Amino acid sequence: MPILHNNPQLNKNGELQHLLTIEGLKKSHIDHILDTASSFVGISDREVKKVPLMRGKSVFNLFFENSTRTRTTFEIASKRLSADVINLNIQASSTTKGESLLDTIDNLAAMHADMFVVRHAQSGAPYMIAQHLNRTRSDVHVVNAGDGRHAHPTQGLLDMYTIRHYKKDFTNLRVAIVGDILHSRVARSDIHALTTLGVPEVRAIGPHTLLPGGLDQMGVRTFTNIEEGLKDVDVIIMLRLQNERMSGALLPSAQEYFKSYGLTPERLALAKPDAIVMHPGPMNRGVEIDSAVADGSQAVILPQVTFGIAVRMAVMSILAGTHA
Amino acid sequence: MKLHIKNGRVVDPANGIDAVQDLFIVDGKIAANGAAPNGFAADQTIDASGLVVAPGLVDLSARLREPGYEYKATLESELQAAMQGGVTTLVCPPDTDPVLDEPGLVEMLKHRARIVDQANVHPLGALTVGLRGQALTEMAELTEAGCIGFAQAEEPILDTTVLQRAMQYAKTFGYTVWLRPQDPHIGRGGVAHSGPLASRLGLSGVPVMSETIALHTIFELMRATGARVHLCRISSAAGLDLIRAAKKEGLPVTVDVGVHHLHMTDADIGFFDSNARLTPPLRSQRDRDAICAALADNTVDAICSDHTPVDDDEKLLPFGEASPGATGLELLLALTLKWAQDGRKDGGNRGLSQAIAKITHQAAQVAGLNAGTLSVGAAADVVLFDPDARWLVEGRALASQGKHTPFIGYELAGQVKATIVRGRVAYQRPAGR
Repeated sequence: MPILHNNPQLNKNGELQHLLTIEGLKKSHIDHILDTASSFVGISDREVKKVPLMRGKSVFNLFFENSTRTRTTFEIASKRLSADVINLNIQASSTTKGESLLDTIDNLAAMHADMFVVRHAQSGAPYMIAQHLNRTRSDVHVVNAGDGRHAHPTQGLLDMYTIRHYKKDFTNLRVAIVGDILHSRVARSDIHALTTLGVPEVRAIGPHTLLPGGLDQMGVRTFTNIEEGLKDVDVIIMLRLQNERMSGALLPSAQEYFKSYGLTPERLALAKPDAIVMHPGPMNRGVEIDSAVADGSQAVILPQVTFGIAVRMAVMSILAGTHA
Repeated sequence: MKLHIKNGRVVDPANGIDAVQDLFIVDGKIAANGAAPNGFAADQTIDASGLVVAPGLVDLSARLREPGYEYKATLESELQAAMQGGVTTLVCPPDTDPVLDEPGLVEMLKHRARIVDQANVHPLGALTVGLRGQALTEMAELTEAGCIGFAQAEEPILDTTVLQRAMQYAKTFGYTVWLRPQDPHIGRGGVAHSGPLASRLGLSGVPVMSETIALHTIFELMRATGARVHLCRISSAAGLDLIRAAKKEGLPVTVDVGVHHLHMTDADIGFFDSNARLTPPLRSQRDRDAICAALADNTVDAICSDHTPVDDDEKLLPFGEASPGATGLELLLALTLKWAQDGRKDGGNRGLSQAIAKITHQAAQVAGLNAGTLSVGAAADVVLFDPDARWLVEGRALASQGKHTPFIGYELAGQVKATIVRGRVAYQRPAGR
């Protein structure tokens, strides 16, 4: 008797209509995005950094929560696809005047938006928007650019792109994610992507106050001791520690956090010699990562940013080519 | 006015009756059950062939949203929903605006309900002024105005001393304190059961210990004060274990559960379905199974609809921002019957009579109300329903102004055909619907 919950991000042919989460995607979906991204990586090095794949299309960046970096990379990605980009900082706009979220969406859809890139502080907000559009304007696509603690799928995909670039094969890797897993949408998206791509061992490292329950059901091994957790890993993904979490009931201080969980050259040495160090940015040097590591030869933090543009181009161009 | 209901299957758990027989109503009261009283000549006869004739349902928690939230629902709309759901007696929590902490407000609500003249409305008074958990309300005055108990609704009391005093004071006059056990701090701001699903969806959690810690506190205070407590909407297996022990110990405690929690779990949140945003949150399969079993072994006394009409503006929001609650008055009967049916499927022995008891006389006993029976001389509040009629849950078919329920799209068995209040046929389902 239970209602069948149709997966709102797929159309009836199982193709990506929206990108809301990595959870539930097939390996073939992810491979297709990463393969498409690799064809875009070279474009940024050309003299004319544009392809006409989304010429005449309008992409609306709807950021209900502050972001500079993610919004900028989406904007660049849109422009390199020749789309028109409209940035809306919604906090300063209509919702403060009492207009509901779905009213805002209806109004923007009426302006012939082709795609919404949505960031929202509430987990699941892009789902509500996508489900609403599936009922009302099924030609409009939604890309989740980060919702609450739930998902940040394009970050997860660019992390996979980066790992694939340096490590080639996912099926023999140990990957450690370090830090505030509890509040991290990046961690959730990375975990789903890594397990889907066949990574045999995904580790989460942090104090009990920052590890959510149920990680084992997601196929993750948890460690509270960073030395044990980093032993022989191939990839280290550091998470940003938000300022508001640094002192209070979750952690006593940034200093103690760095002492217990900061990535130092000594700790990095416990990983495999060719291990790579990733970070979604922005980094807190001296809190979660030592500058010697952040600027060291094993860090691939800046390539992540470059790949991020190609991955977002891939996601947007694939969605734009999908029809409900 | 004399009413003759003939050929129905009369199910009256309080009197151990389950038989096809006739029911006779004279001047708003049950006059006879079985053979007609001497000289009875019916003014109206209802043929209840194929139907169950049961006491009108008693719902221990139905928010009518008056006063203060008339944009969400009104007494007229919600009491009509009660009629369509077969609910003839309902208890409403005090979290209105203003809250029911003054006798005048309670009298006004009772007065409005009398004018609408459908279900019997029994308010709970606020345990503390404004539900703020600081000062006690005038419980004696509120009782005189019509309150049948005192509650904090969804507002936990931060200062345990105040809760202790409130229980001492209630005990003085023999009032029952209605509490939904919830720690004021742990799980605050949470929107879903703490578990793998909440972790995956990135929703902040309400752990089971939010309920169990509060239960430990309440039981200690009961031991110290001797107050009688009714526990509302228990959600967890661990909570039920504590309650089972407390009942065994002899503490004067009764328990209800919300009807959603008999059938749904956190997995029904699916892709952030805000219709499944409820308070307390839907918990795990194990918790749900424990609730169903605790009803069967009488650890849980009653099932309530937890009727909470929420309008579109407050529901069509991201999950964490959506208002909790679902419409329930019109689903209470069918979902309670489903509990019995599912139990039989699992090899258990849950009869129709046991199911009806949980929403009639056992619920009335909890609330200290003279209702929920078909005893001769009792008020003639009766529901006639077809236990096999299947119907589709659709927002537009509901009389309640609240159209949101996680059961939208479900087909349920058990449909009310007529509802009789104090001997008057207050609702009859039009033929063919």
